[in-house]
Amino acid sequence: MTLPSPPPTTEPAMKIRVSGLKAWFGTHEVLKGIDLPIPAREVTAIIGPSGCGKSTFIRCLNRMHELVTGARSEGQVLLDDTDVYAPEVDPVLLRRRVGMVFQKPNPFPSMSIRENVLAGLRLTKRMGGRKPAEVCEKALRQAALWDEVKDKLDKPGTSLSGGQQQRLCIARTLAVDPEVVLMDEPCSALDPIATARIEDLLHDLRRDYTIIIVTHNLQQATRVSNRTGFFLQGELVEFDLTDKIFTSPQDRRTEDYITGKFG
Amino acid sequence: MSAPAPEVALPAVAARTRAQRASGPGERVIELGLAACSAVSIVVTVGIVLVLVFEAAEFFRAVPLTKFFGDTEWTPLFKDNQHFGIWPLVMGTLVTSAIAMAVALPFGLLAAIYLSEYAAPRTRRMLKPALELLAGVPTIVYGYFALTVLTPFLQQFIPGLAGGNMLSPGIVMGILIIPMVSSLAEDAIYAVPDSLREGALGLGAGKLPTILRVVVPSAWSGIAAAMTLAVSRAIGETMIVAIAAGNQAKFTTDPREPAETMTAYIVNISKGDIPNGTLEYRTIFAVGLVLFAMTLTMNLITYRLSRRLRAQSRA
Repeated sequence: MTLPSPPPTTEPAMKIRVSGLKAWFGTHEVLKGIDLPIPAREVTAIIGPSGCGKSTFIRCLNRMHELVTGARSEGQVLLDDTDVYAPEVDPVLLRRRVGMVFQKPNPFPSMSIRENVLAGLRLTKRMGGRKPAEVCEKALRQAALWDEVKDKLDKPGTSLSGGQQQRLCIARTLAVDPEVVLMDEPCSALDPIATARIEDLLHDLRRDYTIIIVTHNLQQATRVSNRTGFFLQGELVEFDLTDKIFTSPQDRRTEDYITGKFG
Repeated sequence: MSAPAPEVALPAVAARTRAQRASGPGERVIELGLAACSAVSIVVTVGIVLVLVFEAAEFFRAVPLTKFFGDTEWTPLFKDNQHFGIWPLVMGTLVTSAIAMAVALPFGLLAAIYLSEYAAPRTRRMLKPALELLAGVPTIVYGYFALTVLTPFLQQFIPGLAGGNMLSPGIVMGILIIPMVSSLAEDAIYAVPDSLREGALGLGAGKLPTILRVVVPSAWSGIAAAMTLAVSRAIGETMIVAIAAGNQAKFTTDPREPAETMTAYIVNISKGDIPNGTLEYRTIFAVGLVLFAMTLTMNLITYRLSRRLRAQSRA
């Protein structure tokens, strides 16, 4: 058995612990009781066919799921040791700790590149004494976009290419200094070159952030993640080190999916 | 804003419909009938503009443009002291319209934000038609409301408010156009993609900052289109100002004073006993032409903005 790169620590600290998570849209049960521990400072990939609940799953982690009319959930999600569904937890504050990058790049069209990066801090009135130029440069460097945009920070964010827009959205998410970054198929609207850039970026980001990425692309999961969870019809079929999932899956259904028998 | 060009597919569609449509004499008759119907409105519009231009040209043969735009007195009916300066009428129109916009903009925009972002679907379904009902009240009713209810009421608080004044018809006109502003602005706000709301909420922004700093700015071109259309409606509104603004062509910006708007002047002359073909009579065409130019400008701006909005929401 080959070891994933980089080799995981023997018993990594858990950043998020999910237990008995169920979610519904109206009467349709999308998640049927998920138990999943997510290690800190690793990339965890969530794979599975369309409609298996993987997007809903990560949207439950920062309580974006409940924003949809008719959507609800139950179960426990512990971030460090706080239950994010506890009544005293403000979902708005939670989302500052658990950031999100969406499937389609969604820079704010009324804002420049600079304003997009600073949007999170400004919208939450947390600029404080921070210097806008420094925050902006740091986040754009982290998102590997700085060199491409440093001379046109005042251009609209929507003037960038799709891949650049997505990295801008990543910079925007990192600028608010989250602990966890959720990524919902962040490359599905991008070409292979832009995808490769974002994957490279993930390698750097996992040193500082806990990253959970939903992906349709199995190769992407093997390239970027330490661990992989396979979802099928609202259930977590298998969760293990990525290398193990892709070389010796324990469950027949996982094997069928990764070998392309369905999906 | 670079809009994609879906028009590329259109010539093929046009060719197909051309090939299909000569499928019988009956079809042809129907098609001609429909074409005639749509031609009527164009012909009528062109006719109106031509009459306006020809009559106004007659007027400007007698009164030079320098006098028309260079004088601040408008007394075409005074036999021995005739002045033809358009500015008092323009000022009356602008002040009443500005008051109307000052009322309609905040209320219309806030109503739009409430309807699209806060109201439950059921509330929205009930409130929107109710608000639009406001626009269905005949303007003459609004006019009498301004004259007989609002003006006496305001006179209790505002010293020096004349019986006919610009303030109260302005306010009532604003109420009249609230539904227009709110309905169009709501369409624009509603059309903002959810991905932008999610983007802001995902950053930990509260609902209000998300709406005010992300959603509304993204709907800006649609909101601006609603505004320009509302301005054009206020400029063209006639009955309310004819009844309640006092009908004295004064060059003033004081809303407590009476004034006469361009539209009110046209009403007063055309319903009076000024003989056809006289210079006095032709003033209404000159004023009408200015009015037409103003509303046309606003409508063109609206058209531009809403095209930009469509291009945006397609992207």
